[in-house]
Amino acid sequence: MGVARYIKNEKDAIQEVIYQSGIKIKPVYNKNDLDAIGFDAATDLGEPGAFPFTRSLHPQGYRSRAWTTRQYTGFGTPTETNERFKYMISHGQSGLNVAFDLPTQMGLDSDDPRAEGEIGRVGMAVDSLRDFEIAFQDIPFDRIGTGLTINANATVMLAMYQAVAEKFGYAKEKISATPQNDILKEMIGRGAWIFPVEPAVRLVGDTIEYAMQELPRCNPVSICGYHIRESGATPAQEIACAFEIAKTYIENVADRGIDPEDFVGRFSFNLNVFGNLWEQVAKFRAARKLWAKMLRSEYGIKAKKNLFLRGLFGGGGSGLTKEQPENNIIRSAYYALAAALGGAQTTALCSFDEAYTIPTPRAALLSLRTLEILMEEVGLRDTVDPLAGSYFIETLTKEMEAKILEEMQRIQAMGGMTQAVASGAIQLEVARQAYEFEKALQNKEAVKVGVNKYTEGDHPEVELHAYNESWAETQIDSLKQLRRERDSREVIGLLNKLKQTARDKINVMPVLVECCRAYATVGEMTGVFREVYGEWQEPNLF
Amino acid sequence: MTTPKKIRILIAKPDLDGHDRGAKVIALALRDAGMEVIYSGLHQSLDQIVNTATQESVDLIGLSIMTGAHLQICRRLLGRLKSDALDHVRVVVGGVIPKDDIQPLIDMGTAGVFPGGTPFEEIIDAISALF
Repeated sequence: MGVARYIKNEKDAIQEVIYQSGIKIKPVYNKNDLDAIGFDAATDLGEPGAFPFTRSLHPQGYRSRAWTTRQYTGFGTPTETNERFKYMISHGQSGLNVAFDLPTQMGLDSDDPRAEGEIGRVGMAVDSLRDFEIAFQDIPFDRIGTGLTINANATVMLAMYQAVAEKFGYAKEKISATPQNDILKEMIGRGAWIFPVEPAVRLVGDTIEYAMQELPRCNPVSICGYHIRESGATPAQEIACAFEIAKTYIENVADRGIDPEDFVGRFSFNLNVFGNLWEQVAKFRAARKLWAKMLRSEYGIKAKKNLFLRGLFGGGGSGLTKEQPENNIIRSAYYALAAALGGAQTTALCSFDEAYTIPTPRAALLSLRTLEILMEEVGLRDTVDPLAGSYFIETLTKEMEAKILEEMQRIQAMGGMTQAVASGAIQLEVARQAYEFEKALQNKEAVKVGVNKYTEGDHPEVELHAYNESWAETQIDSLKQLRRERDSREVIGLLNKLKQTARDKINVMPVLVECCRAYATVGEMTGVFREVYGEWQEPNLF
Repeated sequence: MTTPKKIRILIAKPDLDGHDRGAKVIALALRDAGMEVIYSGLHQSLDQIVNTATQESVDLIGLSIMTGAHLQICRRLLGRLKSDALDHVRVVVGGVIPKDDIQPLIDMGTAGVFPGGTPFEEIIDAISALF
């Protein structure tokens, strides 16, 4: 859950503070600390908008543009999701982030027996382009960018997004989509993987290559330290894992003879905000700097914009609690503050009821309002990187940088990220961190308000988003109707073409777009990959 | 002096849910408490769970479910164990479980319900008391 360890004496005075990343905090910082750690304002900070971007990606920070708000949204059938999209946009949300149900994420059609009980539950059910046509009805594709939270079959969803935009009359060059598309992170932390490591990484490479050539405004991959942190990793490990994963994808595409300079500028990140405020702020500042330095030194990247660590810094769900759920409203506001002080370009918050289920409209709106209050009322847009030059923050940023590098070296010692995932070494490390933290919480070495301290008082029941069993029926009926109405011979022909393309290790994206246009289903397209690639066998961890 | 037989447990992640932090954490905690723990890995069908439980001769299956599908999954697993004459294998469940669902789970034959945040000690005691 992410709180520092505090060692106190019998009078409740703090003797020692240790952050999750393993950094000890002093009671007082002054200029000597900056000297001792070798802080140099010119090389460690630079100007906002200039290398190494510690302070900000843009010279004017939030003055030139407030952050993009992009709440994770989707449930039930495409009809319910479309209504919620419009509701959020009408309340000022500036981008979409689509939640898919588990069958869709796992590449199963709604009428697959394995989908039973899960249709439309944790996100929207999507079987074919017909569902996207409903979900994205009246969404201005040229103005609203869309995150697609899908990984194992992100190729399919990116193709479908292009197909639906074109169907609505938007040129593919105008659309902005960010499929999450980070399969190695799924294998470490979120679990929605399908194919073995090697073809799975190749599919990520295919989307990057395709977006580079065909979709100039799309960001083909969003590397997620977020879920690795949710699974138990420390903040330093979160960034280290994200960077080592990013290197794996860069190298997959570079091995195709493509210069990283031509695509790394399209990478984005999804990073987590919860736990100690200062550690979070230092983490983001250090990460921006390290990413730029690493791209420059390891891949010779030159163009300024290609060195940007862009992305969503979002409030972490595992920081929220089921106990005293209204406390989560307050917690999330502080997480949003950390994101703003850390220079988040895009942001989102988990809603206060998300420890129970997906948010009600009221809870989702409260999250959006929290973000809007910070930008509009509190003064976070006033000046760039307001904590710069602080003895404490600059020392901590340098220390975080060193910790992240140390964790990256540990992953390299496991044989690099692909090997660390295939062997299970990184999964076990993250699980151990989660276990240690849970023990600290149960021993009360780490405090979580309302959970292991200040637990007295009412425990109000929250109003819950209700799952409607009839969504499954509606979705399955609509799928059956689609199968009757579409040109099945065309679909079969295209699926065969897809199979051959996958077998020949040729980029699958162009054929997937054709398949989507012909209303091939998610289960059929993913099924082709299952047949060609097989499924991943998780390493035995224990 | 005979040592009591170690309780053998299969921690299982049924169906499509990929949130395995809780499953791994409780696997480590039960192992530290001296139980023999097998972890199924993700995306297990009920067939796979029942097969592993049989092959490993476990005393108990601990399901970890975060998606809200706990009522359906527990009902299906308990039914399946009964029809396969495996109802000596006890079933407990943990995860995101609303208060209102606890009694229905117990009524259908679940031997323990542990919503997220239940202390390790409570889970260990409850499981030990079953054998």
